Amino acid sequence: MSATTAGAAPAPRRSGSLARERRWALIGAYVALAVFVVFFMLPPFHMLITSLKGSAEIADQTGNPWMVRSPTLENYRDLLTAGNYLTFFWNSVMVTACVVVISMVVSTLAAFALARMRFWGSQTLATGVFLTYLVPETLLFIPLFQIVGSLGLINNVWAMVLIYPTLTVPFCTWIMIGYFASIPKELDEAALIDGASHLQMLWKIFIPVALPGILAAMIFAFTVSWAAFIYPMAYLVSTDQMVLTVGIVSDLIRADTFQWGKIMAGALMAALPPLLVYAFLMDYYIAGLTAGATKG
Amino acid sequence: MAQVTLRKVVKAYEGDVQAVKGIDLDIADHEFVVLVGPSGCGKSTTLRMIAGLEEITSGEIAIGGEVVNDVPPRDRDIAMVFQNYALYPHMSVFDNMAFGLKLRHFDKAEIKRRVDEAARILDIVPLLARKPKALSGGQRQRVAMGRAIVRNPKVFLFDEPLSNLDAKLRVQMRTEIKKVHQTVRTTTIYVTHDQVEAMTLADRVVVMNHGVIEQVGPPQELYHCPATRFVAGFIGSPGMNFIPARLENGAGALRLHLPGDIVLPVPADRTGRYGAHAGRPVLLGLRPEHLTESRNTDRPNVAPFPATPEVVEPMGMETLVHFRIDGAEICGRIDPAVPAEPGRPLPMAADLNHMHLIETESGRVL
Amino acid sequence: MSERDAAIAARPLPVGPSGLPAAPAAQPTARRASRLQRIARRNSTIAFLMTLPLILLIGGLVVYPFCYAVYLAMLNKRMTRFVGLDNFTFLLGRETFQNVIWQSVVFAVSAVLLKALIGFILAHVLHALPSRGQRAWRGMLLVPWVIPPAISTLAWWWLFDPSYSAVNWLLAGFGAGPIPWLGEAGWARFAVILVNVWYGAPFFMIMYLAALKSVPDQLYEAAAIDGASFWQKLRYVTLPMMRNIISITVLFSLIVTFANFDIVRILTNGGPQDTTHVFATYAFQVGIQSGDIPLGASVSLFMFPLLAVFAVFVLRGINRRSKEIGA
Repeated sequence: MSATTAGAAPAPRRSGSLARERRWALIGAYVALAVFVVFFMLPPFHMLITSLKGSAEIADQTGNPWMVRSPTLENYRDLLTAGNYLTFFWNSVMVTACVVVISMVVSTLAAFALARMRFWGSQTLATGVFLTYLVPETLLFIPLFQIVGSLGLINNVWAMVLIYPTLTVPFCTWIMIGYFASIPKELDEAALIDGASHLQMLWKIFIPVALPGILAAMIFAFTVSWAAFIYPMAYLVSTDQMVLTVGIVSDLIRADTFQWGKIMAGALMAALPPLLVYAFLMDYYIAGLTAGATKG
Repeated sequence: MAQVTLRKVVKAYEGDVQAVKGIDLDIADHEFVVLVGPSGCGKSTTLRMIAGLEEITSGEIAIGGEVVNDVPPRDRDIAMVFQNYALYPHMSVFDNMAFGLKLRHFDKAEIKRRVDEAARILDIVPLLARKPKALSGGQRQRVAMGRAIVRNPKVFLFDEPLSNLDAKLRVQMRTEIKKVHQTVRTTTIYVTHDQVEAMTLADRVVVMNHGVIEQVGPPQELYHCPATRFVAGFIGSPGMNFIPARLENGAGALRLHLPGDIVLPVPADRTGRYGAHAGRPVLLGLRPEHLTESRNTDRPNVAPFPATPEVVEPMGMETLVHFRIDGAEICGRIDPAVPAEPGRPLPMAADLNHMHLIETESGRVL
Repeated sequence: MSERDAAIAARPLPVGPSGLPAAPAAQPTARRASRLQRIARRNSTIAFLMTLPLILLIGGLVVYPFCYAVYLAMLNKRMTRFVGLDNFTFLLGRETFQNVIWQSVVFAVSAVLLKALIGFILAHVLHALPSRGQRAWRGMLLVPWVIPPAISTLAWWWLFDPSYSAVNWLLAGFGAGPIPWLGEAGWARFAVILVNVWYGAPFFMIMYLAALKSVPDQLYEAAAIDGASFWQKLRYVTLPMMRNIISITVLFSLIVTFANFDIVRILTNGGPQDTTHVFATYAFQVGIQSGDIPLGASVSLFMFPLLAVFAVFVLRGINRRSKEIGA
């Protein structure tokens, strides 16, 4: 089963050769992994290095760009004390929090109804939900621009709270349907006999039992709305309304002056919340990622 | 007061498929009734209709004298134990048992009193703080029963509660269920496919097949006087042997002509019962324990016949021998001390005092 | 959802023991159209109310905007006149747009193939590790996927900076000359693909790893006893077992990559000379920046037919996969 015994000629089976083969396979695996880890980690690493440099050191072309000679936190200090970075951060937090709450309420209610209470058109709706998830936001941002405009919400961060749920709710609903459907039918029947109403059943049985699924869906909603880019790019203009993904660039690049140290520090801090969520809730994060491939 | 009455109860699914075809059943207060039959016979559907989990297509179900056709499960005052226990995985044992009471707004002290009492009856007091995940199969089973007991309902419903347990635990829990019933005396309806469970637990057994009731009666009656070929074959293990035969009237006495030129005399006291069927093909039904090694042949109505075992299964207290009579597979029970070998002729004896004759077309036991 | 139907379908058909068809004993009397049915009707009302927010959201912010886009795409620039399909024919006639189509296809296809390949290799390598170390490696390898692409692309942009490129510094160490990453059409096309692969390969890895883990070990043991080599195991056990998940992931990624916006927008903004534009960035430039909403909408809509085809196949794959797992 080891991946890297690939092509190894079927050696005469002596005792010991199997162990040696396996050891070489393992070494090969580690080498391949190391190469890719380096490739995958280079940009964030370089981000970190640059963010610790002063502007003089960044401009100095003689040294090794992958090393920092006189580390400084001034980029971070500047971002957190002056300028609009904190506004962007706060806007991102607010939008994301609202979107997560809205997504969870809408998708949990809908998923419960679709998983357990069959009604006219429920099957079609479930399929429709998944197809909606496959509609990329780049297909709809222009008509939505007109719609948002007619609502008077252009250059208003609350427009994001209205629109982001279209990115999160379909997939959240889809994976919640899967999690709810995997709860044995007998559990609802026991609750029914115990005297629970539908809402009690959802609140006291389904949500606690499907908590891993809820967490996975929440993480998904969080990462998607934290990372959303095209909608704020298209609809937000002034700095007091911007979120992190668009704010960093617009604020720190004036004409042709690139404040790379600050850009990288800002980017790193913007990447931190999803990274922390990922680090502490990796299993739920991955469960949410892979859940989309089945109906549960 | 909690007798349960079923009147012409029918369950039909889309496309005129009938799972239950109009059954009538009266269950008395305090009675322990077992519905038994092969899978798909409609026993679980019947139970679920009593619980209110399935709608009744037509007919009437009454619990405690009140027709409950249109009463939702929570208002029927019933409790149910499921095959996979259906314990709420996120709640402790205590909370699992208390859930139904909490939803009915019992006060805290009363909930605690009832749960503690049920836990004491079921011997699960030390487990009350645990989650279901941390329990063994038998313990989960007890908790599921506890959840039913605390509610002190009119009727207990059990849906194959022991099927998920291993053989040893099943026997133990069987005794446990019987003890609990003797303590709380609640009317109980119990569904199983296992005839041993049915025989050991029930005051009365209801044998179902293809959505109809084949026979209702106390276990011993079902065993000794089955009404149909289905009941005769279903109750008892190993099952009753059925041998095609011909009933002949010769010289005032009835005789059974079996294939392979075996002729067995019918006991004289059955002449009246069977006389009208002389000259017709019938099925002879004989339980394995009435096909033994050749012994007691001097007693009335014990007829010797030759056989050659094909398979010999020593069980310890007895030995099962399998042989054929003209193609029909037959099982007999012999004394383990008798030397029996596959392929070596073994003289056998049939105790015809316990014979059954079955009408071939209708499957009715004569 | 469909579990219930299955359960009902699985019930053996009760054929009367006498062979008679079941008598029409089931005659729903008028009296019985009462409480339970009312409850059932109320239940479906509750269910409908529970799905209402979802329906409003999808209807109002997905279906309606889509229809609106179709309408918009058939207006003139100032949105005063209905012009039919003129916008579409106009676009098809422009060389820039023909390049956008070509670039979108090349970008999506090559990026997805590379992601799938790298993901497949990494999943196998990870799967071969003892399970103790797997977690840590997997944790590191998924990092590119976790960082929002709009953020991580900034780091790449800085790595490709014409005068300070840290990548070129590394290449110089190997004696390779400075590469105009974002300045020359060919290299810029390569750069956007590279960044997309960097960002998306971990997703493939994690999907394939999950699929690999769902292949029962006994199959490999049986194949080993049957004398299968590594390649034969891959060919006859792994690939058939993973076929569905591979196609789901590839199709899904094709949709997402085809419609990509963040990476191209930040890294090259379509340049140099519009050579790296994909549908989304071009639609943004035409529709939002130049203010020609109808033309922008038509650019976006060009994606639709292809995406629709992919989506149908994804859905089919998922239904099949669910059946496989269920079976």
